[in-house]
Amino acid sequence: MQLMRKVLSSAWQALFGDPVRAFGVVSLGLLLALAIAPAKEHFGQWHSYQRHYLALIHDRGDAVSLRRRFRPGIHQIWLPELGVVDRCTTCHLGLNEASLGDVGQQPFRKHPVIPHSLDGFGCVICHGGQGPATTVAEAHHSERAGEEPILPARYIESGCGQCHQNALPGTPQLNLGRTMLTRYGCVHCHAITRPDGTKVAATDHPPSLVHVADKTTREWIYSWLKDPQAYAASTTMPNYKLSDVDASDISAYLVSTSTPQAGDTAAASVQPAAKADPSAGPSLYGESFCSSCHAVQNAAGNLVGGDVGPELTRIGNKAKPAWLAAWLQNPRVYDATTPMPHYRFTALEIATLTEYLRGKTDSDYGSGVHLDAANAKQIAHGRKLIVELGCAACHEINGVQKPENFAPELSAIGSKPLAQIVFLPGMEHSLPSYIAAKILQPRAFGASVKMPQFTLTAPQTDALTTALLALSNRGRSMPDNLRVAAIQETNYQPAGHAGKLMTELACTSCHRINGRGGDMAPDLTWEGSAVQRQWLIDFLHNPNTLRPSLIRRMPRFNLSDSDNKELTDYILAVCQSPSIDADLAPAATNLPATVEHGRQLFYSKYACQSCHIVDSKTDKGYVGPTLTQVGLRLTSAWVYTWLRNPQALRPGTTEPNQNLSDDDARALTAFLMSLKGPSGRGAKR
Amino acid sequence: MMRRSTARRALRISARWALLVLVTLAGCKRSGPPAAGLKATAAGTAIVESGGGHQVGATGTVLKDPVVVQVNDDQGTAVPGALVEFRGSAGAGFDPAVMLTDSSGQATTSVTLGTIAGRYRLSAVTTGKSKPVSLDIVETALGYQQRVGSILADKYCSRCHDSESSPERVSNYDNLEVKPHAFTDGATLNKMSDADLTSIILHGGPALNRSALMPPYGSTLSPADVRALISYTRTVADPPYEPAGTVYARK
Repeated sequence: MQLMRKVLSSAWQALFGDPVRAFGVVSLGLLLALAIAPAKEHFGQWHSYQRHYLALIHDRGDAVSLRRRFRPGIHQIWLPELGVVDRCTTCHLGLNEASLGDVGQQPFRKHPVIPHSLDGFGCVICHGGQGPATTVAEAHHSERAGEEPILPARYIESGCGQCHQNALPGTPQLNLGRTMLTRYGCVHCHAITRPDGTKVAATDHPPSLVHVADKTTREWIYSWLKDPQAYAASTTMPNYKLSDVDASDISAYLVSTSTPQAGDTAAASVQPAAKADPSAGPSLYGESFCSSCHAVQNAAGNLVGGDVGPELTRIGNKAKPAWLAAWLQNPRVYDATTPMPHYRFTALEIATLTEYLRGKTDSDYGSGVHLDAANAKQIAHGRKLIVELGCAACHEINGVQKPENFAPELSAIGSKPLAQIVFLPGMEHSLPSYIAAKILQPRAFGASVKMPQFTLTAPQTDALTTALLALSNRGRSMPDNLRVAAIQETNYQPAGHAGKLMTELACTSCHRINGRGGDMAPDLTWEGSAVQRQWLIDFLHNPNTLRPSLIRRMPRFNLSDSDNKELTDYILAVCQSPSIDADLAPAATNLPATVEHGRQLFYSKYACQSCHIVDSKTDKGYVGPTLTQVGLRLTSAWVYTWLRNPQALRPGTTEPNQNLSDDDARALTAFLMSLKGPSGRGAKR
Repeated sequence: MMRRSTARRALRISARWALLVLVTLAGCKRSGPPAAGLKATAAGTAIVESGGGHQVGATGTVLKDPVVVQVNDDQGTAVPGALVEFRGSAGAGFDPAVMLTDSSGQATTSVTLGTIAGRYRLSAVTTGKSKPVSLDIVETALGYQQRVGSILADKYCSRCHDSESSPERVSNYDNLEVKPHAFTDGATLNKMSDADLTSIILHGGPALNRSALMPPYGSTLSPADVRALISYTRTVADPPYEPAGTVYARK
């Protein structure tokens, strides 16, 4: 103690003993303190990267121009309206240098080509991480409160989705994820509001369970609830991992509260079925193009068919024959909003199809299930489970209200602070890994989690995670003019009797009309300007395909003559394009010389035969529709306008705009309109 | 004075080299550390590809099909229990990177492409009897631009340029009198400059005295679309496309 005091006092004496010396010592201390900042800068990480960059470009052929563009010091991209303060370019020095694309090592490589300029958008908006940071660790890996480590490259498309609410051609993963959010029913339970205030609406069609006992048995419901994918691998119904008792009680409640469906179909199914010809089933199934919407597993285990309707591999296990017949008779009696068309099958056809579909039975499926009649207590327990699990969020169920906001809202899930997340042990502490894990194994986050188990592939999980990460606070807070709005489905509804017919035929399940409907078949918004009346009448009677190479085709509905005429008149009167002027089109009577000129243009100058067939003997191209009878099908006004600019009439169509001169377009139109085919449909009829 | 500056320069150069080595090491780390505790019970003399090569995927994603290689002995029979290590460049990753061949002599790994677009030359190495034997596997990664190009190619071009037919999309290749070149046909396309390809796409085949069956897309595709298409064909070209590079006058 004594010694220490002695040392201290002698040190004090040595340093500050006399005023001049004290002044010197203090000045030296001050000088050192002042030197800290420049020294820190000199030894700063970014400084060494900049020195390294200069060394890298030193030996390159374009060193002079590269060095001219190099600016020492900290660089910053500041975009106040996007909330961007990015200093990434301090170290990432070659991002804009076209010649540095071959540099293997980061941080000097050129940025891959994207549609946006780096200076206009900054970096963190897509990549995440901490823009203002100037050390590698802080910028890339920080997990402090409110901070988020850099986004793994495979989710990069989520950045696009913050501004682009519409589907971009270059972001397939994001588009898939967004489709899944609506198609897998996520938004039935989790509300998602877009930044502009519109709600994301579900596009799936969970069946109403109000009359479920008419459709199927309690045993089937039980097996289904236990493992939906065992019945149909492609179903979007998730697995709730129910115990035997729970599944039994839920099925008991559903069956006991099911009401019989309205009278006339029950009567229809009772009437003696006409003699079904078993061999006619497959061909009728094929001719009706059921597989455009319904998939069936083939012998190799692959799903073949569309995904608009449910998979039919084991439909015989599920549907009661009487219900199936009534459904085929008129699906809208059982479910008024179904996307399935009313085919107007004859009694014989219904019997044939019912028999054929009943044959799609897997004798092993649900064979060991025997349920005893349920008592009131079990039924009450079933109802309690239905309420707890939120079944009514998707399905209409007798005696259970549709719950509002059943699950947490996801409108800003992409900005969920890490501090609010309870990570599982051993999990990477980042939002993407949390979201992906939650989607893959929701129940791993606790036994009380109600979210069921979905069956998703790895690319699907990545796509969903990408779509959810795009729902960020930045996307919500940015000015509206920077955002690209989603294309909303309109609520177009065709009017009058023809409108009712179109609803029954479910035209919009495949065709898009005035911004509403599917994309399986051509957009019909301007169909009335395009086609001739007699052709449309014939086509609706017996839809012959224009493109023989397509698998999915328009099915034949047994329309009555008056219905057919009404539908034709409605389409011709209402589905008209404002940009097609019938007066502009070449006259119907064309000089043979003009037609011949058009033929030469067709075959030589424009070589249209590479994609179209006009003479089935010599031409072979079938990228575009066959044109052998186009003179009977299309109006000359449409053909002329189409030739001038195909994309103006149908955005995104494959036919290139050839920039035809007016004369060429008129000659080609004259030639095409002269094509009435060797066996014109009119003659056939 | 002279000597001191030389010493400083040497110090600086060695520091640079150290940094370079460090960065390179950091870059290589992602190909995965060798799994501990794996001991080969057998060794083969040849390694062959069974599947998963020549795939095309997006940068930073896992390839659709796993890469499968097989280790054989002198007689060409499969060797189970041989140690196989997968190595890759530029951030390509493997899961797992090191493994023993299974009972049928095969080693299967799923490949994550790196973040740079282009060709990835991966290799599978087995210890071998006397010296290591290796096999090259080539995969292609598409960046944003190339992916846009591939989407455009699917929509506008492949019906004629791709001779493969599928039930969903029947090829028009066989119907054309003058056969179009596949986009992977590097032997032909590599000889054509970007300007040539651009003018054929914009103005059609006759622009370069080629078939009129190729229509002009100048009023349909944007300049960015055309660049994307060319970039895509360059990426998938086989043999690989090697750009001439920019020529600069030395100072």
